[in-house]
Amino acid sequence: MELKDKLMSSYLAFEEQVDLENDIHDVRNKAIKFFEQTGFPTKKLEAWKYTSLNSILKEDYSIFPKKEDAIDYKDIKKYLIHDIDTYTIVFVDGIYSSHLSRTTHDKLDACLMSSALDKEKYKPVIDKYFNKIVPEESMTALNTAFAKEGAYIRIPKNVVAEKPIQVMNFFTSNEAALMVQPRNLIIAEDGAHVQIIERHQSLTEHPILTNSVTEVYVGKNAEVDYYKIQNDKTTSSLIDNTFIKQERDSKCSMHTFSLGGKITRNNLKFFQQGENCNSVLKGVTILEGKQHVDHNTLVHHTQPNCESHQDYKGIFSEKSVGVFNGNVLVDRVAQKTNAFQSNNNILIDDTATCNSKPQLEIFADDVKCSHGCTIGQLDNEALYYLRTRGIPKKEARALMMFAFANNVLSSVKIPEIKKRITKQIALKLGVELGFNL
Amino acid sequence: MLKIKNLHASVEGEMILKGINLEINPGEVHAIMGPNGSGKSTLASVIAGNEDFEVTDGDILFEKANISELSPEERAHKGIFLSFQYPVEIPGVSVTNFIKTSINQVRKSRGQKDMPANEMLKKIREKSALLEMDRKFLSRSLNEGFSGGEKKRNEIFQMAMLEPKLAILDETDSGLDIDALRIVSDGVNRLRTKENATLVITHYQRLLDYVVPDVVHVLMNGKIVKTGGKELAKELEEKGYDWLKEERAEMSS
Repeated sequence: MELKDKLMSSYLAFEEQVDLENDIHDVRNKAIKFFEQTGFPTKKLEAWKYTSLNSILKEDYSIFPKKEDAIDYKDIKKYLIHDIDTYTIVFVDGIYSSHLSRTTHDKLDACLMSSALDKEKYKPVIDKYFNKIVPEESMTALNTAFAKEGAYIRIPKNVVAEKPIQVMNFFTSNEAALMVQPRNLIIAEDGAHVQIIERHQSLTEHPILTNSVTEVYVGKNAEVDYYKIQNDKTTSSLIDNTFIKQERDSKCSMHTFSLGGKITRNNLKFFQQGENCNSVLKGVTILEGKQHVDHNTLVHHTQPNCESHQDYKGIFSEKSVGVFNGNVLVDRVAQKTNAFQSNNNILIDDTATCNSKPQLEIFADDVKCSHGCTIGQLDNEALYYLRTRGIPKKEARALMMFAFANNVLSSVKIPEIKKRITKQIALKLGVELGFNL
Repeated sequence: MLKIKNLHASVEGEMILKGINLEINPGEVHAIMGPNGSGKSTLASVIAGNEDFEVTDGDILFEKANISELSPEERAHKGIFLSFQYPVEIPGVSVTNFIKTSINQVRKSRGQKDMPANEMLKKIREKSALLEMDRKFLSRSLNEGFSGGEKKRNEIFQMAMLEPKLAILDETDSGLDIDALRIVSDGVNRLRTKENATLVITHYQRLLDYVVPDVVHVLMNGKIVKTGGKELAKELEEKGYDWLKEERAEMSS
C-alpha cells in the first residue's frame, strides 16, 4: 500500500483513540482532507525543487507504535545535555516516557501536548494558540491531522526559566519501520525567557521518518533561544516544520546543527508581528556519505524597526547534498528593517552538491537588506600556511572548518552545547584538537 | 645543516630552479638576492615543501637527511620555518589558538606532551613583547585585516615561538616602514644562536643593514650566479643586477 493510502486508512483508526467531541478534532478533519487532496510534496513544487522524498516514502512505516520500549537512562545519557540541570521531556517512539523525563508544573509548564489537548484547564490556551501560525501545506496538514503528542511548554508572564528544557525524541528497534509526528507548542508569554534544546535520535537501524511541527510564540519583550541538534543515523529522516511568531521587542534565536541523518528538511519560518523584533537563524551543516540537508527559511517582516540575521554554513563531502533556500519578505509598512542573510558553503569533494538560493522580496523603500551566498573549496594557500607551522593536513583542514563554522558556534549561549557540538564536529573530522572556540 | 645539491624545480611544467647548489652551516646567516622572477621565492617554497612545485632533479638535505619527499608539516617538525612574503589570512582562528595548536602539534610529532598552559602563556607573553605586539593583537583572527607590518611581526612572533633550526625569511622587509623594519630585524637578531641558521631572501639590501649576512648569493634565472661576503649586497645596491647579467653573458660567450 502507498504510504498516503496507509495514512488515510490509519486516520480512521486514529479517530477511535481520540475524543471526537473536542474542537481540535475539527481542525484534524480539515487537515486530513487537505492532505488527501495534496499528497506528499514533489520536486515539481518550487519549495521542494532540490529535495525528493521518494526514497523515504517507499518504506512500509508503522504509523502507531505499539508502546513505550524499555530503554534505560544509560542508553540515552550520551545524547542528553546531562552535565547541567535541565527539564527533560523524553518520547520513545513518539510515546511519552515518564521514567526518563523530568517535567514540571512549578512556575512554568514543561509537559505533554496530549494532556494540554485533553484537559479542560488548558482549553483557553489551546484555543488561542494551537495551529494558529502553521501554514496549510501537505506535511504540516498531515502532522495536524495526527496531532496528539509532543511537548507543551508554557512560560508565564515575566518568568525566566532557570533551566534549559530538552525535548528528546528517541526511536527504538520495536518496529520494523516507524513514522512519528510530534506536535510541539511553546509559549513564552510577555517578558518570559526560555532556552530549548530539541533532538531526534534513533537507537535502531530501522528506517525512521519524523514529520514534526512546532509552534513557538514569543510574547512582548520575551526571549527564546532554541537549539536543534540533528545528528541522527543515516537510516533516519526528519521533516522539521517550525513556526515562530514574535511580538514587539522580542528576541528569538534558532541554531540548527545538522551533522547527520538520511534526509533532513528544515522548514523554519519566523513571523514578526510587532516593532523592534530581533530574529536570529543560524546553522552549521557538515555532511558526508549520501546525506541530504535542506534548509528552507523565511523571515516575514511585517512591522517597522525590526532585525533579522540569517547565517548558515555548510561543509559537504563525498556525495552529500546541501540545499539552502532563504527567504526574506519585507512588507511595505516594515520601514527601517535590517535584514541580513548569508550562506557559505565548502565542497570538499567534486561529488558533493550544494544548491543555494537567496530569495528577497522587499516592498518597503527605507530598509537595509543584504544577502551573500558562496560555494567554494578549502583555501589551499591557507592549508599550506598552516602545514608549514607543523599542523598536519588533517588537523589543518579541521582547524579551517572550525574557523569557518565559528561564527555560528560563537553565538550559542549554553556552553555545554557549544562544547558538545565542537566535540561532535571534531569526532566527525577525525581529529583531536587542543584548542577552544 | 642545509645542503642543496643541483636542485631543479618546476611549477606547472615551467622550470624555475635550474640547478641550485647551496650549503648553510649552523650559526650562519645567508642572503639570497636577485631580480624579480629569478626564482627566490620558489627556492623558499621548495625548501618549505610547497606541493605546488615539483622537484625534478637534485636533493635537499637537512641535517644530512634527504627531505625532498617530506610534507610541509614534517619539515616544520624537523625545525624548518618559512616566514611568508604574503602571510595568509585565516578568519576565525585567533593568533593565540593558532600558535598553541602549532606548538603542540610540533611537540606531538616529537613524542612530547602538550605544553602546560601556564608555560605557553608565559612564552606567548615573552615573545610577543619581543616583537612589541599588543595583547589585543593575539586574540584577533590570524592575519585578518592586519597591516603589512603587523603581518610580518606576526610571522617573526611565530618564529620566536617555534624556535626553528633553519628560518627562511621570504621578503620579510617588503611592506615594512622603518620602525617595523627595526622591530622585525631586532627580533630576528635576538633569535640568532650558534646552533640555528637563517636564510634571508630579499630584493633590496635594506634589510641586510639590520640582519647582517655572512654569505650573499645572487640568484638569476634559476641559478646562483655569484656568491660573496656582505659587501656583495652593497655592490648590488649601487650597481643593480644588470652588470651581473653582462658578466654572465661574457662568461658564456
